[in-house]
Amino acid sequence: MDEPAVVLESVSVTLAGADRPVLRSVDLSVEEGELALVVGRTGSGKSTLLGAMCGRVPHFTGGTLRGRVLVHGRDTREHRPRDLADLVGVVGQDPLAGFVTDTVEEELAYGMEQLGLSAATMRTRVEETLDLLGIPELRDVPLRELSGGQQQRVAIGSVLTAHPRVILLDEPTSALDPVGAEDVLATVTRLVHDLAVTVVLAEHRVERVLHHADRVVHVAPDGTVSAGEPAAMMATSEVTSPVVELGRWAGWQPLPLSVRDARRAAADLRAGLRGRSPSPVSPRAAAAGRREPVVRARGLVVRHPGEVLAVAGVDLDLRAGEVTGLMGRNGSGKSSLLWALQGSTAPTAGRVRVLAREGGEVNPAGLPPDRRRERVGLVPQSAADLLYLDTVGGECAQADRESAAPPGTCARLLARLAPDVPADRHPRDLSEGQKLALVLAVQLTADPPVLLLDEPTRGLDPVAKAALASTLQGLADDGRALLVATHDVEFVAECADRVVLLAAGEVVAEGPTAQVVLASPTLAPQVAKVLRPGPWLTVDEVRTAVDGEER
Amino acid sequence: MGRLDLDVPRAVHPAAWWGWAVGLAVAASAGTNPLLLLLALAVAGLVVAARRGSSPWARAFRLYLWLGVAVVLVRVLLHVVVGVKTGRTVVLPLPRVSLPTWAAGVELGGDVRLEGLLAAAVTGLRLAVVIACIGAANALANPKRLLRSLPAALHEVGAAVVVSVSVAPQLAESVQRVLRARQLRGDGARGLRALPAVALPVLEDTLERSLLLAAAMDSRGYGRTEPDGPAGRRAASAATLTGLLLVAVGLYGVLDASTPALLGTPALLTGLLLCGAGLWLGGRRVHTSVYRRDPWRGPEWLTLGSGVVAAAALTVVGRVDPDALSLPLSPLAPPALPVLGVAGLLVAALPALLTPPPPRPAARVAPRGAREVRARG
Repeated sequence: MDEPAVVLESVSVTLAGADRPVLRSVDLSVEEGELALVVGRTGSGKSTLLGAMCGRVPHFTGGTLRGRVLVHGRDTREHRPRDLADLVGVVGQDPLAGFVTDTVEEELAYGMEQLGLSAATMRTRVEETLDLLGIPELRDVPLRELSGGQQQRVAIGSVLTAHPRVILLDEPTSALDPVGAEDVLATVTRLVHDLAVTVVLAEHRVERVLHHADRVVHVAPDGTVSAGEPAAMMATSEVTSPVVELGRWAGWQPLPLSVRDARRAAADLRAGLRGRSPSPVSPRAAAAGRREPVVRARGLVVRHPGEVLAVAGVDLDLRAGEVTGLMGRNGSGKSSLLWALQGSTAPTAGRVRVLAREGGEVNPAGLPPDRRRERVGLVPQSAADLLYLDTVGGECAQADRESAAPPGTCARLLARLAPDVPADRHPRDLSEGQKLALVLAVQLTADPPVLLLDEPTRGLDPVAKAALASTLQGLADDGRALLVATHDVEFVAECADRVVLLAAGEVVAEGPTAQVVLASPTLAPQVAKVLRPGPWLTVDEVRTAVDGEER
Repeated sequence: MGRLDLDVPRAVHPAAWWGWAVGLAVAASAGTNPLLLLLALAVAGLVVAARRGSSPWARAFRLYLWLGVAVVLVRVLLHVVVGVKTGRTVVLPLPRVSLPTWAAGVELGGDVRLEGLLAAAVTGLRLAVVIACIGAANALANPKRLLRSLPAALHEVGAAVVVSVSVAPQLAESVQRVLRARQLRGDGARGLRALPAVALPVLEDTLERSLLLAAAMDSRGYGRTEPDGPAGRRAASAATLTGLLLVAVGLYGVLDASTPALLGTPALLTGLLLCGAGLWLGGRRVHTSVYRRDPWRGPEWLTLGSGVVAAAALTVVGRVDPDALSLPLSPLAPPALPVLGVAGLLVAALPALLTPPPPRPAARVAPRGAREVRARG
């Protein structure tokens, strides 16, 4: 039997300045040719585990590593990351941040240049890799002009050219739309099946990868690590996919991991649910549908410099007490639409009207910034850009001053959204979920009746995402109109009352969530795919319907 | 000289362009004959127009031309204000301010005469043409490709420069993003007051990016060096340092006639040899290779050669007939047109025809769809 690709022997890692270890006596081995999926809550040490496998921990990050990490027999104590470059390829979350050169071809060659391979070898490997990734037509294209999915595939290709035997991927699809993510994961599985490369992949969106995984490695919040067969691990994991959740609730054995398996197991459930439909939308959403819109956009056009038409004539209404999901692939104009609705970007043509506090309608682009945020609040994609003070308390006090709100308003809001954020903590040290809560609190201090959120679920684990979904529901209950731009179909199924689908800057579909997402195979959540043709979107809906029946 | 291969578009080696440009600049700086200067300028402009690529720096040639125009104007203005006015033909009568005796030699104001004015203009023009030659090299040679042909010992310096160049647009992007975020908090402040609120997030963002990039480069093998004893490293440093010292002494010796002959050219040559040896020794430790190294073939020899011919031709004219290279001022007369000089400069125009055309990348700007401001997660 061959030696395992990666072996960790009683590894403990304590980062510099931390008082407790991130990883605690980890014993783990990953066999050659395996696809190992690493799951765990945000901040539980998934990245540290991957870092330890490529030598970044502790050579690059500092801190103390006890125990031993062997990669194909090479000990990371004696080998720096650069000495493992021919053996281990590392792909991060943001491909653009790791690019060294400007064009696809040069980027693919960079790693080989560092290894000193001959010019002829480099030429053939670049061509092979372009074919393997299916992007030969992109060879001369500047990296910054690629779409997110293409960039991530180039990043994978650029480590692949060095012919590594292990590839580590840290949340490779978190920034991608469903189709881009599928492309990247298809490439990864192809590597595993065709080239027998060992792949270790960390991912929050378990539902995207679970059915490809040979093994699941679970990192617990206390730093202990357990590993095993995916079905066995998923039976107890707190981070799961909707399919697994449905299977656990229904008691299916063996636990299904893919939509296909679940569909085969779900025949009885489907029969039991036939003729029924989820309890009608919440009374709030039903009432909202009858109200006058708070935001009314007509013929909205946004043109960016360089003749890029980002938003091409959009009509949109947002109603108080309603959560609207804004979906569409990367670059379909979701962010541009949000900024134009908020008024910070003046639209090229068309009009936006927001209900004014004193009655009547105003154009948000015509207001000064401080008045504008009292009408429409926006939480941008990189929410942390809004924070610049060194304590949470300082940010809250500053927010109160900015919005002329009574002192303590923002702190109270924050306590409601995330109860356990200490006021003396530096905002950068907060978890992604806490950071988002802080920014949300800052924007809510101005008490805007309309709130726009751009990709709020990025970097959130399923538990934090569920918390965000109920927060947004709560805000809608208060009578606010919410528009959430996101790629995450499961999140939309959880929290949106209505969905607007954008493509190339135009609205292609609009309506109640179930109606829009059920009509599209790429947008349908997993539960809908399992229980098709029934109109079920989430495990909660099914659970409520069945349990209510029994009672 | 190899075949020219003019049919296949490719970038000519950047070092060849720099050699050509320096040759043309040397030729231009040989004299103040405005006819020859304008011919040199036309040659530089022709080659740039014919052979520049599509990169952003290729469009910067115009900036160098404007800089040249500014140089001529400033030179003439300085002459009018404080220059020593020589010549006989008064073109612009101006009052003269008498200065105290300690400032003797500086003339403030005074009648502007044609001869002095022309002399000022042509010296300005000479500098402007030299600047245009440098600009031509910049427009024609991709600076990144030039860095790729550095000796191996300087590989790490080259990589640092390449990275810093690509960081600049990212920095601009993150400033823009943070400014927009400030507006969301109702803060329309600009200028100094907004500095901490903008600079802090941008700085943190930049630092974080640099760390990510450094980690990525590390994992891709950047800086892998063969285990080489300290002795080897010391030998390389010693050779380079001694070499540089000798080059400095040698240059001094060459320029100052009163120093012993041994300190001149021999010291300079030994110094250069030692520098080369140091680079070679240092480069042996680095085992990187270059993907698609720019080839050096016929067109490169031709380009470099045409620059050398221009420089040589003007130097020969300067030795044989120095008057032909300057504008005759007393008495004022039309400048001569030395055949050898004209021929030399025309040779320098050959790369416009006898080099392969630059590659044209296909345009790939999506006609529709937003370039969403990419944020890092």
